[in-house]
Amino acid sequence: MRDGAIDVLPAAVAVVPFALLLGALAAQKGISVPEMVLMSATVFAGSAQFVAVDIWREPVPWLLLTVTALMINLRHLLMGASLAGKIGHFGTGTSLIALFTMVDETWALAERRAARTKLSATYFLTMGLILYVNWIGWTGLGAALGGLIGDPSRYGADFAFPAIFLTLLVGLWQGPRTGVAIAASAIVAALVYLSFEGPWFIAAGGIAGALAGAVIGPADEAVTETVE
Amino acid sequence: MTLDALQIDPLALAAIAGMALVTYASRIGGWLVIRRLVVSGRARAALEAVPGAVLAAVITPAVLATGPAETAAAAITVVAALRLPQLAAIVIGVVSVVILRAVLY
Repeated sequence: MRDGAIDVLPAAVAVVPFALLLGALAAQKGISVPEMVLMSATVFAGSAQFVAVDIWREPVPWLLLTVTALMINLRHLLMGASLAGKIGHFGTGTSLIALFTMVDETWALAERRAARTKLSATYFLTMGLILYVNWIGWTGLGAALGGLIGDPSRYGADFAFPAIFLTLLVGLWQGPRTGVAIAASAIVAALVYLSFEGPWFIAAGGIAGALAGAVIGPADEAVTETVE
Repeated sequence: MTLDALQIDPLALAAIAGMALVTYASRIGGWLVIRRLVVSGRARAALEAVPGAVLAAVITPAVLATGPAETAAAAITVVAALRLPQLAAIVIGVVSVVILRAVLY
């Protein structure tokens, strides 16, 4: 338990400004404090929540928000698949709870832990619980304070979303293959944005990027795949 | 705080429920199917490309179709993110858009 708490502490502290910012931006979109707390407590996914708040408007486009959250969170499939063998001894109930708390940070730390020693459920759940309570608390506080700030474009807060997503993209960068997928997405998204009403350009860009990824193929498995 | 700020809109509730369901499905999905299905090759490459592609799509209008200040600030943010911690790059991006808007518009 102690190891889990110590290992996850830097991530818990680092996420505080982002959580406050998310809450504040949500408040400016008209998202109430209970809505923000409920979203953080049930969705518990930073990138997906930032995107959701960005495209949030009245009336709330619930279907679009759901589809977009699914696309943003598709990476969880790969993360959960890679963890499956390392949490096999957890038991089904514990696994279902542990996986609810799987975010980029806990996943990465669990992978690192599993590479060194046996990954315990206590270690994983300690990390998950700390980040979970931390996330709900700071996003809720951000939402409570956010309404007091006023017009966000006055100090460039409207550019916070593009800036956040650009830095996330830099973090995702894995060479030219990432660049091609991003370029395909941006081109299609721009065309759809200029041609159609509403934020469907996001799904269109995501699908274009996935197709580009499939066309280029995997980095290291391309040779074996053509042999098969 | 007004009473309005404490309310939960039904459509917002539907959106949060939908997001929560698909997010949890994504978290347990890989673990559920891994024993039967190995995602590899082009399917894996497609899946891996999706999060970056979605993030890119989300910011495309803001970065490319808003104005020169936003496009320039986006470039500055990327350069900053290559060298500095994430939060510092975000702050630099936001500060540069404020300055560029004042200069250009």
